[in-house]
Amino acid sequence: MSTHLLNLNLRVWRQAGPNDQGGFKTYRLNGVSTHMSFLEMLDVLNEQLIAQKEEPVAFDHDCREGICGMCSLMINGQAHGPDNATTTCQLHMRRFKDGDTVTIEPWRAAAFPVLRDLVVDRSAFDRIISAGGFVSVNTGNAPDGNAILVPGVRQEVAMDGAACIGCGACVAACKNASAMLFVSAKVSQLAILPQGHPERNARVINMVAQMDKEGFGSCTNTSECEAACPAEVSVAHIARLNREYLRASIFAET
Amino acid sequence: MVRVASDTLNSRVPDGPLQQKWDKHLFDMKLVNPSNKRKFSVIVVGTGLAGGAAAASLGELGYNVKSFCFQDSPRRAHSIAAQGGINAAKNYQNDGDSVWRLFYDTLKGGDYRAREANVHRLAQVSNNIIDQCVAQGVPFAREYGGTLSNRSFGGAQVSRTFYCRGQTGQQLLLGAYQALMRQVSTGKVKLFARREMLELVIVDGLARGIVVRNLATGQLETHTADAVVLATGGYGNVYYLSTMAKGSNVTAAWRCARKGALFANPCYTQIHPTCIPVTGDYQSKLTLMSESLRNDGRVWVPSSKGDKRAPDQIPDTERDYYLERRYPSYGNLAPRDISSRAAKERCDAGHGVGETGLAVFLDFRDAIQRDGEDVVRKKYGNLFHMYNKITAEDPYKQPMRIFPAVHYTMGGLWVDYNLMSNVKGLYVLGEANFSDHGANRLGASALMQGLSDGYFVIPYTIGDHLATTKLEKIADDHPACLQAKKDAEDRITKLMGVQGKRSVDSFHRELGLLMWEKCGMARNRSGLEQVIGQIRDLREQYWKDVRVLGSGDTLNQSLEKAGRVADFMEFAELLAIDALNREESCGGHFREEYQTSEGEAARNDADYSYVAAWEFQSGGAEPILHKEPLVFENVKPSTRSYK
Repeated sequence: MSTHLLNLNLRVWRQAGPNDQGGFKTYRLNGVSTHMSFLEMLDVLNEQLIAQKEEPVAFDHDCREGICGMCSLMINGQAHGPDNATTTCQLHMRRFKDGDTVTIEPWRAAAFPVLRDLVVDRSAFDRIISAGGFVSVNTGNAPDGNAILVPGVRQEVAMDGAACIGCGACVAACKNASAMLFVSAKVSQLAILPQGHPERNARVINMVAQMDKEGFGSCTNTSECEAACPAEVSVAHIARLNREYLRASIFAET
Repeated sequence: MVRVASDTLNSRVPDGPLQQKWDKHLFDMKLVNPSNKRKFSVIVVGTGLAGGAAAASLGELGYNVKSFCFQDSPRRAHSIAAQGGINAAKNYQNDGDSVWRLFYDTLKGGDYRAREANVHRLAQVSNNIIDQCVAQGVPFAREYGGTLSNRSFGGAQVSRTFYCRGQTGQQLLLGAYQALMRQVSTGKVKLFARREMLELVIVDGLARGIVVRNLATGQLETHTADAVVLATGGYGNVYYLSTMAKGSNVTAAWRCARKGALFANPCYTQIHPTCIPVTGDYQSKLTLMSESLRNDGRVWVPSSKGDKRAPDQIPDTERDYYLERRYPSYGNLAPRDISSRAAKERCDAGHGVGETGLAVFLDFRDAIQRDGEDVVRKKYGNLFHMYNKITAEDPYKQPMRIFPAVHYTMGGLWVDYNLMSNVKGLYVLGEANFSDHGANRLGASALMQGLSDGYFVIPYTIGDHLATTKLEKIADDHPACLQAKKDAEDRITKLMGVQGKRSVDSFHRELGLLMWEKCGMARNRSGLEQVIGQIRDLREQYWKDVRVLGSGDTLNQSLEKAGRVADFMEFAELLAIDALNREESCGGHFREEYQTSEGEAARNDADYSYVAAWEFQSGGAEPILHKEPLVFENVKPSTRSYK
């Protein structure tokens, strides 16, 4: 695994605040090691900007190991960049070539307003979970773990949905800015598990209602979300959400 | 010379036999009547396993809770990155586990530097945690027939670890997060994301509020309550490079320490043996490869020094499986501190691999031959994927290269049995406190402790405080609130006003390197004495030469980092002072002067069987040492042996 150095042109979205118009600014960055992660490359850019007394580029990130879901970025028009099943923090510069121009933008969706530069507000996702993405069991109220049997195979499917990291790439990748993949991952996990059954009707109805209220678009089954998802959440969960929604619409008690 | 306080600390451990202490205490504590709970308010800072579980559980009980996190959502807290699993004494595998064995393993794993009664309580409630998480819909791995699966972890000879693929922390955190969001929907919990705690408000000796900065707008806000719960995680980023999230910091805890909360055992830092090695100066963090990999992976280095052949060209006879050689009964599952030092020893001796020689192999060849690639993929697929992403190497085909990295901090704010600090009304949970792991934490115990504190300890102990303490109403314009807010404001103004030449990150890197070299995996007197001076010099330089651009009243990530690094600069000195004071080797604290002829840690129970809790002194004066003697009534401290 040898090291190469890249010289890059970076077209970065700069926006001073939520009400600023914003626009692209181009920076030249030389000597980027191919071992760097994409965010480390931005760290180096920021060091260069600070040295030149220009305010560094704001971007969200935290764990830098692909699990917290805080990093984002549209990289050359792709959510989390060109690699499959990869968050921006796990994308490495070996994926780029010397002399490349790289365009870096925030998530673009009405429900994710820009706060500054590449940072957006994703609190809409929290409100959707708050509308029903849980099992109502108070602390202390649980039976023995093995009293609830879940066949290993079903468990795996539930886990596939539960793996969602809540980053919002699905919304950013969707031409309609739909949040269906995110919502379906939680609805599906809790519809598969017996623990989720008592509330399954209300859950799907309420979460979808909240999703609509937040201003996310509708799903037209183009599957861009699945292609962009770093946690490889499948659109099969959207199909399950649709079945759950139909079921709830027919059978809901209230 | 260290200034030592004349009195010893009272841990308020209840009387009676160990097994009955917690039950007895539950009965002895005062309760808050259900209809009175709505009259009390509680601030919870941090939304990881401990903070999220606490805020949700307190909301369920009927308290008015305000929950704070610096991330954009409570679901981002760094508990999410825990990979391997969570321990519990269920004995589902029928392999001889019990509450007592979990207690014993944890106490021994901590090198007899933890408080016996706390550890026993932890083992007792471990089973409730699994039940609670299952009920929430946490998708723990299951057997074909539907029962829960287990695997083994370092420092244990039973299979007691519950897991969700390689992302157990994520699933447990989402369980707590969902419980929290449910309380948000009922209105019992108010959520404040993108808020960073900058000051603690103390009124008449009681913790009554906090000052936070809204990171999105730059506005300072004051919040008051009847009690403050801190669950703000560990301080590993004092080393700059660690497996912690970039935002993890010591600020909330250190701000409390500066106001009188004692900081206990800061020198107990855990260096995890299996992380992806450093590749260059731009490196921003280190990535852990779960310890669970050591169930099936074998650790080795070439037997001859400087052997640069490709690993598959080195025959078995020329490989040194040094953990299996040195610790035959635990082998690759030796505890973290021991495995880390063994890796360092081999690399220092010239057997390290990779470009830098600072790595050892973790090899899955035998497991893949034995069980097949599919089985290995099912257990560790996401970890192998992550390794491949970072290194562009395929661990199914060639061994991983790993090296130890800072991973967890056992030290933290001092708390009594009720998890209350010496500042009344200030509770500290999870990694932010010091209490349960002693000098070394065993794998799969952090998640257990965070959730134990949050779900099953604080809901009871906080009630006792609220029921027995006279709490006057406090408004935002109370003089103590105004002063705390002014202190926070002044600090921001001061940081912005330096207008020096160097970035915050460049200072942080320099501090981290000093700490890693002089106060990392191995420490000695002269190095520690030297580093204390170097930290002071660097801190002085920081306040003269740091460059923070922009303004304080907008989203400003440089300013956020600048405040955190300023606190690390002060805290680092305390860490080194504690390491210098502790003239023994125990767990994660290895003093080169104190080792056996075989290079194992040599503990000194006669002189150091105590918790070192430090009291901050203003004006740069030396901190004062308060001691809590550790009493072992049930398990006689022995020399740890994993041979």
